[in-house]
Amino acid sequence: MEAVVFVFSLIDCCALIFLSVYFIITLSDLECDYINARSCCSKLNKWVVPELIGHTIVTVLMLISLHWFIFLLNLPVATWNIYRFIMVPSGNMGVFDPTEIHNRGQLKSHMKEAMIKLGFHLLCFFMYLYSMILALIND
Amino acid sequence: MLCLLLRVLCTLVFHILRCLLAIHMGKYLLHRALQSSHSLKIIHFLVKTQPSTIRRSGDRVLWDIVLHHGQLRAPSQPKTTLPKITLDPWLQQAARLMQILHPVLESKTFSFSRPAQRHPRFHQGVFQQGHSLLQTRQPNLRPRRHSLQNAYCRKPLTAPLPPAVLLLCPTALMLWKVGAIQVTRWTRFLSTSSPAPALSVPQAAKPAKPFGYGYPILQPGYQNVGLSSGVQTSNPAYSGFQQFAQQYPGMNQLSSSLSGLSLQHSSQQPESLRPVNLTQDRNILPVTPVLAPVPNLSSDLRKLNCNPDSFRCTLTNIPQTQALLNKAKLPLGLLLHPFRDLTQLPVITSSTIVRCRSCRTYINPFVSFIDQRRWKCNLCYRVNDVPEEFMYNPLTRSYGEPHKRPEVQNSTVEFIASSDYMLRPPQPAVYLFVLDVSHNALEAGYLTIVCQSLLENLDKLPGDSRTRIGFITFDSTVHFYNLQEGLSQPQMLIVSDIDDIFLPTPDSLLVNLHESKELIKDLLNALPNMFTYTRETHSALGPALQAAFKLMSPTGGRVSVFQTQLPSLGAGLLQSREDPNQRSSTKVVQHLGPATDFYKKLALDCSGQQTAVDLFLLSSQYSDLASLACMSKYSAGCIYYYPSFHHTHNPSQAEKLQKDLKRYLTRKIGFEAVMRIRCTKGLSIHTFHGNFFVRSTDLLSLANINPDAGFAVQMSIEENLTDTSLVCFQTALLYTSSKGERRIRVHTLCLPVVSSLADVYAGVDVQAAICLLANMAVDRSISSSLSDARDALVNAVVDSLSAYSQTSSTSQQSALIAPTSLKLFPLYVLALLKQKAFRTGTSTRLDDRVFAMCQMKCQPLVHLMKIIHPNLYRIDKLTDEGAIHINDRIVPQPPLQKLSAEKLTREGAFLMDAGSIIYIWIGKSCENNFLKDVLGYPNYASLPQKLTHLPELDTLSSERTRSFLSWLRDNRPLCPVLHVVKDESPAKTDFFQHLVEDRTEAAFSYYEFLLHVQQQICK
Repeated sequence: MEAVVFVFSLIDCCALIFLSVYFIITLSDLECDYINARSCCSKLNKWVVPELIGHTIVTVLMLISLHWFIFLLNLPVATWNIYRFIMVPSGNMGVFDPTEIHNRGQLKSHMKEAMIKLGFHLLCFFMYLYSMILALIND
Repeated sequence: MLCLLLRVLCTLVFHILRCLLAIHMGKYLLHRALQSSHSLKIIHFLVKTQPSTIRRSGDRVLWDIVLHHGQLRAPSQPKTTLPKITLDPWLQQAARLMQILHPVLESKTFSFSRPAQRHPRFHQGVFQQGHSLLQTRQPNLRPRRHSLQNAYCRKPLTAPLPPAVLLLCPTALMLWKVGAIQVTRWTRFLSTSSPAPALSVPQAAKPAKPFGYGYPILQPGYQNVGLSSGVQTSNPAYSGFQQFAQQYPGMNQLSSSLSGLSLQHSSQQPESLRPVNLTQDRNILPVTPVLAPVPNLSSDLRKLNCNPDSFRCTLTNIPQTQALLNKAKLPLGLLLHPFRDLTQLPVITSSTIVRCRSCRTYINPFVSFIDQRRWKCNLCYRVNDVPEEFMYNPLTRSYGEPHKRPEVQNSTVEFIASSDYMLRPPQPAVYLFVLDVSHNALEAGYLTIVCQSLLENLDKLPGDSRTRIGFITFDSTVHFYNLQEGLSQPQMLIVSDIDDIFLPTPDSLLVNLHESKELIKDLLNALPNMFTYTRETHSALGPALQAAFKLMSPTGGRVSVFQTQLPSLGAGLLQSREDPNQRSSTKVVQHLGPATDFYKKLALDCSGQQTAVDLFLLSSQYSDLASLACMSKYSAGCIYYYPSFHHTHNPSQAEKLQKDLKRYLTRKIGFEAVMRIRCTKGLSIHTFHGNFFVRSTDLLSLANINPDAGFAVQMSIEENLTDTSLVCFQTALLYTSSKGERRIRVHTLCLPVVSSLADVYAGVDVQAAICLLANMAVDRSISSSLSDARDALVNAVVDSLSAYSQTSSTSQQSALIAPTSLKLFPLYVLALLKQKAFRTGTSTRLDDRVFAMCQMKCQPLVHLMKIIHPNLYRIDKLTDEGAIHINDRIVPQPPLQKLSAEKLTREGAFLMDAGSIIYIWIGKSCENNFLKDVLGYPNYASLPQKLTHLPELDTLSSERTRSFLSWLRDNRPLCPVLHVVKDESPAKTDFFQHLVEDRTEAAFSYYEFLLHVQQQICK
């Protein structure tokens, strides 16, 4: 059972890693002026909710399967994701807003955030991998 | 099974890691490899000439190598040998790559041209080139060659992918394909320097103590004042101040002795640094209007520099480093009014517009000519060739004097652009009017005024023979008007399916103005009466706008929307969000931001199709301007607001609408515009203010540009400016004139760089700083909260003055000292805090507040300063002393008065110029002579409550007053309405709220504010 949980988490984590890389690439495209702000933001906003759901599922799964440490590790990032999603002002077009993204260094902070998330997901990935192997051996 | 899974996973992880490293470490690896590889002379060249380019983005390095390859044979020699760095495996790999590339780069045949970016295939093409280069290692590979002369591209294209990345990781390659590079249609215009988005360092951003707390215990005089009502406090407030001054004679003496001391000092200091004791010096406001400080440049440069009306910087002495700027605690930014109506503008028609080859800066007066044939760019310091055509001077008809060309003699020039600057033929002028015809609108009666104004100005609409015009009206349905030439009368087409709006006859709704003029006139005559008996109260603004967008998208142009109520049907419907009980709340002001993203999306769509939406809001109740304004904000439109508009009950608003419309319809207009702001290497822009869409790091997309639009940008210093003594800023505005010409208006500003804090303070342009702060505060109040913004404003004063007092040698702890350049700073900030946009405690309608904020964002500096701090003149005794002569007219120049009721005497008449409104206040015992000669009434009692015109009387004082008034009204974006206010009329409150130095129920007087600031500094 435990193995199944971790196999699922692992797959989920892979998807999140891919998503983070996609975020970084798209943002750096915008930085280098290959795409315009409008298309960049509409591309990224599409993936904010899937990312949020993907990460929340893993977090909840860890809580249900009583892996406290991993749950607590995931909690801050999941909370941040949800907070960021909820706190979007009603007039904005999503977490990434084309009219705001060039102002007040938002682009850089988005980039930084995506980098940190990538690092975090990589860490999680190895943790799930290790736990999965452990679970399989124990089985 | 398990094994297989593991292997798959491991491979996956490995690939992800590789791809990540390759993409984002690759840049830096490449750079280090470049530095350490001795085989490349190119690198030395690059390192010597373009360190920042290399540092900023490694993947641009390769491009630069290629770009500069032709320059390598130039005398620039590597002077230093770079230290050898032991390579780690990653670096070795990259270095190997460089060796592979080396022969390719050295070969002369390899010429990277600048192809037009609009071919989406271009990127792929280059990409394949790079790939094949790597595989074949052919030195003589000949890539596609594009003509360098014709192709015009907006910046040195970076190779789409550093080849190192390709080598290192095929996965990256795949991912780059996924992140398909989209090139927008219009990005070709106006080249750029390398974009480097800056981290924002808002000056006034630090958390603050709430304003108003911890205020010192007031003097008894003040406390008495606090009990009386707001309007009448003004006079006693200053008697309180006198009391206070008398109570502390010791302090007076001390400071006068100290000011004597500082006078001795000032012999060595510039005038702008002379310390002013703010709490002692009561008459800080000069009697003549405040002028922009002149930058401390050599007289030649000063003569050439841009007019401060078009281009101003908050600090006319640019600090050398960001650290110095942070120490000064002042905002650094530019205030722009690029499309101002100019009386003198050199227009240049030449087949080649001379620009820097690397940063695409236009040649300007501040470039240096190395010799006859070469010039050095003043923004990126690249040496460029002078083209043959430029050697000939058309003005003097002489050859060989490139430095005498008009481009090099004027800092504001306009170029007629060639077809290189077009992606499509210049668009015709297209005007679409979207009119609200619901019951509410008919009740307000604006339609008559609009139709009448249009009829009058139909021939004056800017445009050529291709000008097109169209009309849409809407209530709960959307009505179109077929005005096709040949019809006997206009046809009205009603679309009631507002959920899925469509155009009934797409090609006959926008018609040629000249061909269908009769039909248009018929329609304008009929329109006001067509809906007289309508019972439709709903307003389907959203669908009407969608229809307008559909109609305009093939050409672009201007949409003018007239709206009188909350949109209540279809897409974009809004709910009332204002709680009238909260209007005078001191705590939280909510709903400053938009309620829905519908209007923003629409505006961005419009902006993409070169359509600007201008909004005229004529409402009597709350209409959620915060949401509606978005349609103009992001499509580069303008916003007009007429609160409680009614054609008969509120004649002054009706008159204002009429005058505004006249200006609006006849003023200059530029279509499909883009503006780029370049600055000397080391500076970068981090925030933009105004109505536009920021398309890339320094490119503003402006669907329309009008002469009344102002912009502001905040700058930061990315790299130290130690090796330069001058910095330059250049704005280039590319637009299509109403005559269908593509033009570029270029402004260049040059400012000195200083290294000491005192010099920074000496060069503060306090008006520009205030306007920039106002813009920043608007942003802050929308993104955070109003009280945050207010705190930030107060902190701006506290921080800058305390930073100054720390630097100045005279350590007077007790007094509030400011340099002369900053002496008006606290006054202006206080005025800002009492603005409708930022005030709390006084009842302010949400729409009024939001409109005031919109004004701050998009008004040019001159006008905004009048709104923030109106000018007060005494006009009952106008003389010709110091008068100026304009066109045979004598305009008297009365001295400016301080904005305080203390200055208003009952015997006088005062004129207040508050930007969009002018008040004349008549004192109770004003001389009958003045009333008779100027206003045409025998005495004070016979004066009516509402008076909005000065009669044309044949007396000297009437003539003087009228010529002064018309002088004030000239060159104004919005024609101000005149209000004659009697001392006891209810309109008096409006007048008195502009007296910012006085105390009101909810806000400090100027003196109290100074004490508050002083207390904050001492903490």
